[in-house]
Amino acid sequence: MLALTVDIFLLVFLIASAVGILFTHQLFAMAMLFGLYSLLVASLFILLDAPDVAFTEAAVGTGIATVLMLATLAATKESKEKPRKKLSKSALTISIFTGALLLYGTTGLPKFGDPEAPIHTQMADRFIQQGQAETGVPNLVTAVLASYRGFDTLGEVTVVFTAGVGVLLLLRRRYKPKIRRNADAG
Amino acid sequence: MQDNLILRVMAKVLIPVILIYAFYVQFHGDFSPGGGFQAGVIFSTAILLYALVFGMDRAADVMTDKLLIALSAGGLLLYAGTGVVSMLLGGEYLNYSALASNPLTGQHIGIIVIELGVGLTVASTMLLIFFSFARRVVSR
Repeated sequence: MLALTVDIFLLVFLIASAVGILFTHQLFAMAMLFGLYSLLVASLFILLDAPDVAFTEAAVGTGIATVLMLATLAATKESKEKPRKKLSKSALTISIFTGALLLYGTTGLPKFGDPEAPIHTQMADRFIQQGQAETGVPNLVTAVLASYRGFDTLGEVTVVFTAGVGVLLLLRRRYKPKIRRNADAG
Repeated sequence: MQDNLILRVMAKVLIPVILIYAFYVQFHGDFSPGGGFQAGVIFSTAILLYALVFGMDRAADVMTDKLLIALSAGGLLLYAGTGVVSMLLGGEYLNYSALASNPLTGQHIGIIVIELGVGLTVASTMLLIFFSFARRVVSR
């Protein structure tokens, strides 16, 4: 009962902050509300017994993403969203259609906590039964991420590295680009 | 924000705690929630807090771009290199059981090393991205 109350409380706040993001025109308030949204999502992850994901959501979503947004806001002149005069009908149609499609898609998903769901019948059993014996690591999330799916995690780290390289290439302009006058000499 | 006494004092108290916590999450990740990614992000938030309160330049003096780029690439190389080492020792790529004579010890070594690689890359890349953004603000 208590868990349900907390769930409903968090979800109401989640929806409220999402609606708040939609209706506010101050970009600063928007960045703060995004941070709040992430913190609420992190709390929900805790309730779903996923502390590893909650950690990441709290640190990245609330901490780093908010600071990056604030840095971006400080670098731009406008502090308010440009007011939109008229409602775009095509955009509204596409949004409603996509939303309806996604809602329809959720009907095909297995029920929440269903023990017969594919994720519980394929690999999870083996990881839970033999994970600790095979890796010696009590935290199964770490065992799966680092050992069983080490190759996936290598790919994730490569993505993070590539993002860093991309930002460096785009934003760091220490040297002005020179136009080579005589290509033959160079 | 450098002239705000409360912020400065609180940051001075909080930063060491955040750093220690990052190391705890990093090296205790196989027993409790967390791991390299989370630890890297927590570590970078400590430096970020320092940069916000005490100024970008002082943070960038310690965490130079050169160091961050080296760490970012180094972490990834450490991870990928672990796979190569396990191959050279007779296992498959990233099969840590080959790293020591006892498969469980090998798994333990492998997981600690690759988590360290993940932590290094994530922490330094987050800081690199933040510094690249913030520099554009300062230089305007």
